[in-house]
Amino acid sequence: MMSEDASQPITSEFEREPVSQSHLLGFRSFVGQYAGEHTAGTELAIGPLFVAAGVSAFDLVAGLLVGNLLAVLSWTLLTTPIATRARLTLYYQLEKICGDRLVLFYNLANGVMFCFLAGAMVTVSATAFGVLFGFRMPGLNDLLPNSVGWVVAVLSVGAIIAWVAANGFTYLARIANWAAPWMVLVFIAFGVVGLKDFMLATGSGISGWGDLVSLSQTVIWKGGEALPGQVKFTFWHVMFFAWFCNMAMHIGMSDLSVFRYAKKSWYGLATATGMYLGHFVAWISASILFALQLHLDASNTDVLPGPMASKACGVVGLLCVVIAGWTTANPTIYRAGLAFQAVLPKVSRFKVTFVTGMVAALAGMFPAIAMKLLGFVAIYGLVLMPMGAVIFCDFWLMRRFGLVPYYAEHVGLRFNWAAAVAWIVTLGVCVSLVMRGVIGLYFVSLPGWFVAAALYLLTSFLVQRRRVTGVQIR
Amino acid sequence: MKTALKWISLLALVAVILPPFLYFKGSVSKPMMSGIMLAGTVLWFATAPFWMGRRQEE
Repeated sequence: MMSEDASQPITSEFEREPVSQSHLLGFRSFVGQYAGEHTAGTELAIGPLFVAAGVSAFDLVAGLLVGNLLAVLSWTLLTTPIATRARLTLYYQLEKICGDRLVLFYNLANGVMFCFLAGAMVTVSATAFGVLFGFRMPGLNDLLPNSVGWVVAVLSVGAIIAWVAANGFTYLARIANWAAPWMVLVFIAFGVVGLKDFMLATGSGISGWGDLVSLSQTVIWKGGEALPGQVKFTFWHVMFFAWFCNMAMHIGMSDLSVFRYAKKSWYGLATATGMYLGHFVAWISASILFALQLHLDASNTDVLPGPMASKACGVVGLLCVVIAGWTTANPTIYRAGLAFQAVLPKVSRFKVTFVTGMVAALAGMFPAIAMKLLGFVAIYGLVLMPMGAVIFCDFWLMRRFGLVPYYAEHVGLRFNWAAAVAWIVTLGVCVSLVMRGVIGLYFVSLPGWFVAAALYLLTSFLVQRRRVTGVQIR
Repeated sequence: MKTALKWISLLALVAVILPPFLYFKGSVSKPMMSGIMLAGTVLWFATAPFWMGRRQEE
């Protein structure tokens, strides 16, 4: 996470104390941060995957409008009210609830997820080098790397990103800041150019809203069957995906660390910039480019942001792919490094971050992650969601049920079984429901949250009653 | 100086976003659009670092 100038890691201050009044930030700080952070390299892979999933124009636009609204409301109504009251980092708040040993497991899970996410960003960046050097790149259903050039490109890009993340994070964070406004405009440009190229390819003109709607429905997002190997997306899939793709951050409460600096809890609304620029405009633009590619050659189902961006905007498109992938992979690797360093505190931050970056590069070499990014992002949110339910219940409900909040801190526990059971059993239930086909991966986190909340309250009741009884007996 | 740089940066962003719309209208060709966008990009990255985020650092 970034601090107020988005160039210093937030972890450098107020790690184990509430943020002081003098360090609180205004609304604008969050507007810029979210706009930049959610217009990332992965948006160039997510947009095309919607088209590959056979989404229709109405389902895409309406699903994104509603899903992004729900995401903004989740930040505003769930995350920021706790962040602006407790003003603690996610990790410290979790430690008070769960104990430091359980937080280590959370860090490990978080680090692994960040690693794979960064791997997908490295993949996106490497596709730009495929255009420059002409090596063979993976297709939509490839799981393994398919050329030496691809392996060399991903490892080279990954090594540079890892080295910078380990050595010069602050400098690249500044470049990310400078790039953010430019990148948003290039993403818009992708959509405008893609639309024009569609008009040229189909011989149709757009003289009004009706023509645009017609082109969208009949040519760009036609609906119908998904491409082989992809899950068919409806309105509900799009809506839940848009809502839950950042679930780890809002419902999962990761962004407590960011919003603890907010003066008011309604500052959660600032996330709308990231949602509607990155997760609406950028996704739609990227999906137009992929739909155009399919329209021109139905057999070309490769989701390769480099070639698509290059065809649309030339060198600027390629630069956007490299910079978007790089600037977002960098802080992600840095965060993963921090998470792993909490598990291995004696190893230097440089070594941990560099090795983490290389692991991300290795992951990025396998196109399975980037080509199945929709599913991976859903799993990412699912894995971290139960701890968000634990924090929510601990903060708002424990006293109402006669239970003690921040129980680990209160009694000196290092591993709170109530939180551990809520986390692990919820994941077990959710995975089982998905595996048995009862509910889809994209939807399971919603009932999962209620399962986690109920389990945490129930097991807290058992753990705390047992302990009190034990104390009384002694 | 800083104000002048800000105006140049703004101009650079206009050079990035305007050409795609001109291309959409059919006023410029794609190579022309790409060229202007590239010039805007170079100008943006050459000027923005001199004023963006400077206030916080000071």
